[in-house]
This record gives sequence, C-alpha cells and structure tokens, in this order.
Amino acid sequence: MNSIFGDRKTIFILLAPALVLYTLLKVVPVGWSLGLSFFEGNSLRGFEWVGLQNFATFFTDPNALQSMWVSVFFAIVATIGQVALGYGLALLYVFVLRKGSTLVRTFVFFPTVLPTVAVALLFRSFVAVGDNQGPVNDIINFFGGQSVEVLASTVGTMTTAIVMTLWSSMGFYAVLLYAGLLDIPEEVIESARLDGANGLKLVRHIVVPLSLPILLSSIIFSLNATLKVFDSLLALNGGGPGTSTAPMTLYMYRTAFEYAEYGYGSTIAVLLTALCLVFTLAIFRSSRRKAEA
Amino acid sequence: MTLTHTETPAYTVATPTVRRPSPGRARRSLVKALRRLPVWILVAVLMVVVLYPQVWMVLGSFKTQSEFLSNPALSLPETWNFDNYVTALTNGNVARNWLNSVLVTIPSVLLIVFIGVAAGYALEVMIWKGRNGVLLYILAGIMVPGQMILVPLFITYFRIGITDTLWPLIITYTVMGLPLTTFLMATYFRSVPREIFEAATVDGSGPLRSFFVIGIPMMKNAILTIGLVQFFSVWNDLLIALTFTTRPDLATIQVGLLSLSDEYGSTQYGPLFAAVSINIVVLLILFLTLNKKIMAGMSGGALKG
Repeated sequence: MNSIFGDRKTIFILLAPALVLYTLLKVVPVGWSLGLSFFEGNSLRGFEWVGLQNFATFFTDPNALQSMWVSVFFAIVATIGQVALGYGLALLYVFVLRKGSTLVRTFVFFPTVLPTVAVALLFRSFVAVGDNQGPVNDIINFFGGQSVEVLASTVGTMTTAIVMTLWSSMGFYAVLLYAGLLDIPEEVIESARLDGANGLKLVRHIVVPLSLPILLSSIIFSLNATLKVFDSLLALNGGGPGTSTAPMTLYMYRTAFEYAEYGYGSTIAVLLTALCLVFTLAIFRSSRRKAEA
Repeated sequence: MTLTHTETPAYTVATPTVRRPSPGRARRSLVKALRRLPVWILVAVLMVVVLYPQVWMVLGSFKTQSEFLSNPALSLPETWNFDNYVTALTNGNVARNWLNSVLVTIPSVLLIVFIGVAAGYALEVMIWKGRNGVLLYILAGIMVPGQMILVPLFITYFRIGITDTLWPLIITYTVMGLPLTTFLMATYFRSVPREIFEAATVDGSGPLRSFFVIGIPMMKNAILTIGLVQFFSVWNDLLIALTFTTRPDLATIQVGLLSLSDEYGSTQYGPLFAAVSINIVVLLILFLTLNKKIMAGMSGGALKG
C-alpha cells in the first residue's frame, strides 16, 4: 500500500509545478533582492557593489525614516483599532444577538471584500471640500462650523486612512474572533455565571483569557497586513500632503520604479521584511512570557 | 454595558410556560423589549455606519453634477440616468480595465487552485520522506511581502520580453497565491480519512488517477472556498498591477480607477462613482450568493496562515 502512495512519478507530476514556480519566482527573487540590497544602480545603468552603504543611507535618509515611522504608526494604531472593534463586535454577536447575528455579521463583513482603491476613493469623496463637498463637511456646516480640508493635513489624512481601514476591516476581524469565541465551551460560561460572574466581569475574567490564543493570532495577522499598507494611503492621498503619509511600501515602490534605484529599493524591501519578522517575533515572545508567568 | 442589560431576559425566556396566559405577561414582554432597546439602537447605528457610505456612492453614480451641488447628501437622484456609466465606460477606459481584470483574475485563480490542490495532494496523501520539510519550505513564503520579489521579477519579465502582455500579472499572482493555497489544501486533505484513498487503490486505481477521480471531487467545497479568497485578493490588488502595467491599455480596474480619480477626482463625482460601482458589482453578486463560504474561507485562511 505504502509503495503505491510513494510512487515517485505521481509525486513529481503533482508537486513539480508548484515547487518549480515557487522556487523560481519567489525563493530566488527573495535571495536576489537580498543580494541587490548591497548594490547601487539599475539594470540599464549597471550595478555597483556598495556593501552596507544602502543600509547606512536608509538610517540617515529623512524620507526613509519618515516612511518607516508612517508604517509602524499606522500598523500599531490600525491593529489596536481593528482587533478591539472586531472583538467588541464578536462579543455582541455571541452574547447579545446570539442566533440572530447572521444578518448583521454578513452586512458588517461586506466591506472587507471591497477593493481598497474603491474604499479609498469613497472616503476621499466623503471628506472632500469645495464644489464637491462631502457629507462630513456638510455635517460640520450644519452645526455652524467652517468646512475643513481634511486631506490637506498629515493628521487629517492619517485619521481618514485609519477610520477607513477600520470601517472596511472590522467585520472581518469580528468574524475571525467570533469563530474563536464560539469555541469556548458553553458549560464554562454557564458555571461562571452560576458563580456570580456577569457582564464585564465575565468578559474580563473568563472570556478574554479563554480566547487569548485567537486574539494573539489576530494581532499578528493584523500587524503583518497593516505593516504592508500600500493601496489605502496611495489611493487616498498619494502619500501626501507631500510625502508625509507615504509608508515604507510606497517609498520602496517609488524608489525602485519611479527613480529606478533598484539597489536602494531592495534595501527598503529587505528592511520591511525584517520589520514584519521583528513584530511577529516580539508578539510571540511577549505572549510566551505571559503564559509562563 | 449592553451585556448586563440583556443577559437576564434571555434566561427568563425559557422559564415562562404557555400553560396559562397571565395578565403580567404583556407587561413583562414590554419590559423585555425595552431592555433590548440599547441593543437595537447599537445595531441600527452599526448598520448606518456600514451601509451609508456605500449607498451614498451608488446613489451618486446616478446623479448629475448639478444635483451633487444642489441636493443634500442623502437624496435619491432626480432621474435614474446612466450617463455617468456611459461617460466612465467610454472616456475613462473603464471597460478595457474591467476586461483586463477579468482576463488576469480568472486564469490566475484557476492556476493557483489547480497547482495548489495538486501540491496539497502530493504533500499530504502521498507518503514520502521529506514531505513535511517541503511543506514548511512552501509555508515560509506566506510571510514574505510582495515588495521583496518585485524588482527581480521586473528585471526578469523585461529580459524575456513579456512586459507587453498580461502574463507578468498572471504569473506573479499565481506565485503569490500558491503558498497559502498549498498549505490549506494539505490541511483539508489531512481531514479526509485515508481509507477512502486506500480503498480506491485496492480497486485498482493508481494514485494519479485517484487524485483526479476522488481527490478533486471530494475537495469541491474547499476548492470553491479557496478560489473565492484568491479571487478577491487578485481582483483587489493594486501593488502588483501597478508595478507591471507598462501601458495604459494593460491596466486592471484598480489601476484604471486610480488614474481616473486623478482625472475626475476633484471635478466630477458621477463618472468616478459609476466606475467604482462597475468595479464592485461583480464582488457584490459573488458576496450575495456565497457569503457564508467567503466569510469562512477568509477567516480560516487568516488563522492558519
């Protein structure tokens, strides 16, 4: 029997396409980028070995440092918001709406599948001023305020980007965490209730500790997704005003493909990958320490 | 806050029996409804927050420019005219962009799913030394951001001279989608009892035949779920489409929308909103028909990844 399932020809036929494509177009490019990060130039001009020069440049380049700060700030704020809102909604689904939550769950989830570009354009129109004033300024006017040009400031753009991200992703995190909350055995909650735990107390002492693993996975997933933020900030305001809301991904894209600096662009990509790894490992380690304590 | 309000009535529901309708019942159900009130307000606010922007945009796509200026934010268009759609489709290149998106998304998703299912079968149903190592090797690819492979791929596609086609997009999407698909398919195959495949071999079917005759049909559900998840991620992508789009007529809908917004963004909403609506109509139809699978698939993929 085992010899039949160990048939080399079958394994080769089924596995080779995936393995070849993956190795040639993912693993090799990753190594290639890693190598390029020690060079300067592009394929037309030629490449020149510069050693660690690109990395040194990165940490003295104000635009690069700004883009890193934008990515990190966005990731932390969006992650806290996404997971907190998602958890709140999941609690609402499980403990308040119960069986009746299906419709609400579906509606709130829908924006998740919308293209980020579309959502960004929608929110851009939402906060617009001038001839095409959006509802946000209509409301401000209604209460007697002056129209605000939200996207003219860094703070306004960042706030809009985060609100928009939360709007479109909260339903996703709600469903993710909802599945985790359903896994908590009914009896555990029941007996905690009999012991007099209710409301917030029940949530804090029983529900949160029991759903910690899924909370942790959500945080890691969210951080990894938001550190790579690209579409929303680009489509919302082109990383502006100026480059003040351009994340690392956008800075890398512009460096490599608009200024044709393949070497430096690769360096930024390498550092972005490293950043994702560091954040993931940091969360893992802090959670393990908590578990041991 | 809302929790404490509602926990109690939910439990009293079970206790009153239908034996004898007491005069207190009507009042009790009124009290129950009132206690439920904060919940309903919360749900209503939630629905408004979620739906209002979308409705506003779709309504806007039917409005003329002067209606935008004169009418309040939430009003029905005076007439349901499709002028904006005509403008978007003819002037804005949206029809071409939409077609490009379809031409890229369908082959990419088919390739991802087919190659991924085959690899999942080879890694889980077939038994050989080192298969766990290979699975880990493929799994590592999930972590890598797209930026890490763009420059080398750009150089490569340029060298082999396919930058004038949609192939760079199809190939790149396929590679980006493979790690997660392979991994998920392997876990799905793991949950299938081995006896089924063994029984097939006893009946004289080779493992390759079993893959096509038993493996694929049995994974129909999983294939649909993963296919949907990949469909959304390919259709909605901007980064890869932007990088490998060398000519405007190769642009996908997301790239087209981005340039359309530069063109119309601050002057005319109608055509832009119409283009956005065209962009999302496919997604809306898919979501309305298959929302359970989509929700399960996307959250399942996130957790395992």
